[in-house]
Amino acid sequence: MVTNLKVQRRISLTVYHGLMLLFSLLMIYPLLWMAASSVKPNGEIFTKASTLLTDSPSFEHYTTGWRGFGGYTFGRFFSNSLLVAVISALGMMLSSAVVAYGFARIRFRGRQFWFTAMIVTMMLPGQVMMIPRFVLFNEMGWVGTFLPMTVPAFFGSGFNIFLIMQFIRTIPFELDEAASIDGCGKYSSFVRIILPLIVPSLVTVSVLTFMGSWEDFMGALLYLNKPHMYTVAYALKMFNDSSQADYGATFAMSVLSLVPILIIFFFFQKQLVEGISTQGLKG
Amino acid sequence: MVKNAPRSLTLRERMNRPNVAGYVFILPFIVGLLVFTVIPFFTSLYLAFTEYNVLSPAKWVGLDNFRKMFYEDKLFWTSFWVTFKFALIQVPVKLTVSLLVALVLSRGTKLTSYYRAAFYIPSLMGSSVAIALLWKQLFAFNGVINQALGMLGLPSNQRWLGDPKTALGVLISLGVWQFGSSMLIFLAAIKNIPASFHEAAIVDGAGPVRRFFSITLPMITPILFFNLINQVIGSFQAFNSSYLITGGKPLNTTLYYGVHLYNRAFNHYEMGYGSAMAWFMLLVIAAFTALIFRSSSAWVYYESEGR
Repeated sequence: MVTNLKVQRRISLTVYHGLMLLFSLLMIYPLLWMAASSVKPNGEIFTKASTLLTDSPSFEHYTTGWRGFGGYTFGRFFSNSLLVAVISALGMMLSSAVVAYGFARIRFRGRQFWFTAMIVTMMLPGQVMMIPRFVLFNEMGWVGTFLPMTVPAFFGSGFNIFLIMQFIRTIPFELDEAASIDGCGKYSSFVRIILPLIVPSLVTVSVLTFMGSWEDFMGALLYLNKPHMYTVAYALKMFNDSSQADYGATFAMSVLSLVPILIIFFFFQKQLVEGISTQGLKG
Repeated sequence: MVKNAPRSLTLRERMNRPNVAGYVFILPFIVGLLVFTVIPFFTSLYLAFTEYNVLSPAKWVGLDNFRKMFYEDKLFWTSFWVTFKFALIQVPVKLTVSLLVALVLSRGTKLTSYYRAAFYIPSLMGSSVAIALLWKQLFAFNGVINQALGMLGLPSNQRWLGDPKTALGVLISLGVWQFGSSMLIFLAAIKNIPASFHEAAIVDGAGPVRRFFSITLPMITPILFFNLINQVIGSFQAFNSSYLITGGKPLNTTLYYGVHLYNRAFNHYEMGYGSAMAWFMLLVIAAFTALIFRSSSAWVYYESEGR
């Protein structure tokens, strides 16, 4: 009887893992296929679409794709994306941390009002803002620059402020009190006490912002109008439009465009999972 | 605080008063709120009643944009219903899949973190241009999907993206493929349920199905509610997949509201008309959100209520 149960358990566990492995493979298969297609000769991509293997793998697509278009290589597009994403991530991290401290640790008049305003704006659909923001940036002469894609990050965002606030709340108040007895004001206690302790949440915020900015297509579509300014997301779309037949090169550049996302995933998996999971907490 | 009447406060003391320091810290948020949200919000409301092509000043036209929207622009209604259909199918499917997978994953094993990674990676990349271009090729006439169907002996000559009956389904499949982040939120919620609840139920003789409907599901309704609202708001604003994969074709069966709005505003420079469309969408989203909120008291369980 006991062995019977054991066997039953083993069978059910094997079935479980078998199904899970199959489903994982199914989920990842499109990505594997893209990677495989990027090293297949163009003639084979669709004639042998069902197999991931090829007899003659080559990195030729990477060199032809890298040449880019309009006189600019993908090197240019990658450095544009990197610039925009890094600046956005830094700006978002700093501003959100400062605002989160204000909301979480200082009891000032009107705090509840501004906090509610923040929660309400988190639910506003972005597309309502699309046209008036474009009009605003156009008036300011910012269209055709990276400013519309970076400057707003320096004013924090509801979700990120909230995420850091949740983190600050886990730090005991006694630390602030001790600092204040030692003569620390609000500003130095923020810089010296709180900031070093909330680094994990700052990493989460910058990683999420970096990825959002790296993949942002809409911003580039609205605000970038010259090839030398294109970010990877936008350049990829333009490249695909201009080289319809060269599937291999498009796949190769697509794979490269996802490399930063994969790197971030492997190094910051814990922070990402935590960041996404805490999203639910505000509900 | 000690009031020190004769000596006026030093700058340092002034700056450290809660009502001053608080506002110093949240200043970036207030400025951002005014410049990037409040002003655009009201500008957009004003523009909705004007004709404006960016180059010449906005001209007040009253309700004309709305009249055009409801009575003249056939694509307005087409795109509205396409988006409605898209949301109506994608939201429940995606939520069901993410909840089911979260349940299966909540049975922790040594391999769980690998499975979780495999399910989660697509949602990290899903909104990128690279994946949109990939999806287009997967569902091409000679793409992977048709070849796989052929290998299974099924009909393999479907023009997925060219057929008005299937094109929207392809875009929905891309959305569902990205179930990972809502799955993670569900997973966190499921793990938060005290183990004692399940233990007590097992003692009472409840099977896994009964425990799901009597314990797990009620306990995670607040998260279900949160995911539902998020997904509804997100689906109504979908843009990338239609713009990049189908361009709204065939026969406008995949023309999302957002894409139509973009075309009118930025290809035809009808910023006033686009703003009117945006406001209509805002009202529709607000109505749906309100509806979900209203219904929530009937199905969302909050522990503090102690029902």
